[in-house]
Amino acid sequence: MGHPYQNVAIAAGFNTKQARVLEGHTSLSIAIEAALGVMESAGLTPADVDGVFGEFAMDLTYSLGMGPVYASSPGIGGIPAILDAANAIAAGHCKTVLLAGGGAGIYTDRSAVAPWTRVSHEFVLPFGMFTALEFAFIARRHMTMFGTTPEQMAQAAATIRNNGHVNPEAVFYGRGPFTAADILSSRMVADPFHLLDCSMTAEGGCALVLTTADRAADLKLPPVYIHGGGVDHNGPSYQFPPSFDLRGASPDSPPNGYVGRRAAMRSFAMAGVQPSDVDVCELYDPFSFEIIRQVEAFGFCEPGEGGEFVTNGPMGPGGALPLTTDGGLMSFSHGGGTVQLLQRVIRATHQIQGLCQTTQVPNVDLALCSNGGAGALFNDVMILGRTRP
Amino acid sequence: MTALEPQRSGEIRIPRASPISQPFWEGCDRGVLPYQRCDSCSKANFNPVYICRFCTSKSLSWHESAGLGTIYSWTIAWRPQFPSFATPYAPIIVDLDEGYQMISNLVGCDTEEVHVGMRISTCFHRVADRTLPYFTPLEISRGVMFGE
Repeated sequence: MGHPYQNVAIAAGFNTKQARVLEGHTSLSIAIEAALGVMESAGLTPADVDGVFGEFAMDLTYSLGMGPVYASSPGIGGIPAILDAANAIAAGHCKTVLLAGGGAGIYTDRSAVAPWTRVSHEFVLPFGMFTALEFAFIARRHMTMFGTTPEQMAQAAATIRNNGHVNPEAVFYGRGPFTAADILSSRMVADPFHLLDCSMTAEGGCALVLTTADRAADLKLPPVYIHGGGVDHNGPSYQFPPSFDLRGASPDSPPNGYVGRRAAMRSFAMAGVQPSDVDVCELYDPFSFEIIRQVEAFGFCEPGEGGEFVTNGPMGPGGALPLTTDGGLMSFSHGGGTVQLLQRVIRATHQIQGLCQTTQVPNVDLALCSNGGAGALFNDVMILGRTRP
Repeated sequence: MTALEPQRSGEIRIPRASPISQPFWEGCDRGVLPYQRCDSCSKANFNPVYICRFCTSKSLSWHESAGLGTIYSWTIAWRPQFPSFATPYAPIIVDLDEGYQMISNLVGCDTEEVHVGMRISTCFHRVADRTLPYFTPLEISRGVMFGE
């Protein structure tokens, strides 16, 4: 039996304009703009689409007059929705899948933290919790176990923010450059996280088209292939203590502090490659520490070595392994919902297609991208490649 | 040095209890900290559950925690969830001595004193329409002990 995704390809990825506020837009309207944009990029029309997946699956199906189609995974997004779409294409349910995300008009009361960062749950809300605090719990344990420092976290944030600083499509274009000291001198939000250790909030849309490898070969852009993928979830985000040591019943499963390890190992095994084969990492960056945690969880380095890896190692300044090259959630955009999840996969796609305006890594054969983090009890991984698996 | 105090605002809207969680909140109103222990595998479960997450038994009994524990992890919020929260406040994950974890806030000491491994005990405080279980250092060197 061949590779499960040997006849599946990502044909195109597309981002709408991203901004702090997109006046006049709703989440659906900007998702529709993204859907139109990605079809244009690929050279497709709504009549070519027979599958719609992800957060706006049902809305897009109706809004673009596409039914009846194979629509699934409504309300979810990111890597699980993309893998669901790939699975449906591999099984022959559909040939060309549209998948879009959008966030606009959600964050209006700026006296509170963003709505998607706080869950109205009886064992969480009374204690003032929101995502920065949830992820700080995880970072604190790592600091206690391994001596990881705020300076190391700050360097990861500076590296990503500097990629956004030079990217004209990033919401925080031109806001840098940043050193680790700049990050540390921003005001404290959720100890040990300073303001610039945290992702920002913005509005924007994005979309992807997946299709069969045969069809992708006839479209406008070079096809990108799914070499590996894995999904690790430990439960609902932001309802239970995000413990580093949270475990399921299986004694062999990694603790929540290393959620994503199982997904990464499955991804590498499916792709038949190792971490050292990856040319660029488009890691999900909700908070600076999550970069340190993910390089350990995914096997780029040993537990406890992540801080060194992102400062003086391959992901440090001048290192060989580029990190979150569009500026990520910290500087490119963070629309809430599922849009910033999809954007990591879109950036990995663009790196392989050679379409990045800035921080384009030369000759990318393999790009790894991720979603989520231990503070949210999930971490998903995909490995994309230039050649057909 | 900034003192950590309980929230005083009546504007904090706490979600309604469910049939599963109601005994916990009733215990807090009486000044005790209830939790469930599985009759089958004897493991403690928290948040309140319908089924034991360790062995799937539905035979669970409510017990009263001694309210003693250790700080497993902590943070200090300098930016509030809602403006109704006074900053700074200190969210913690508590390792209760009975073998379960919960999220709470540490009060009754200064921000600089919070650390992993700190021994703490529960103290109850009325916030809005609910009695919240907070925690405070077991050996208080300074600060105030907050009662009901």
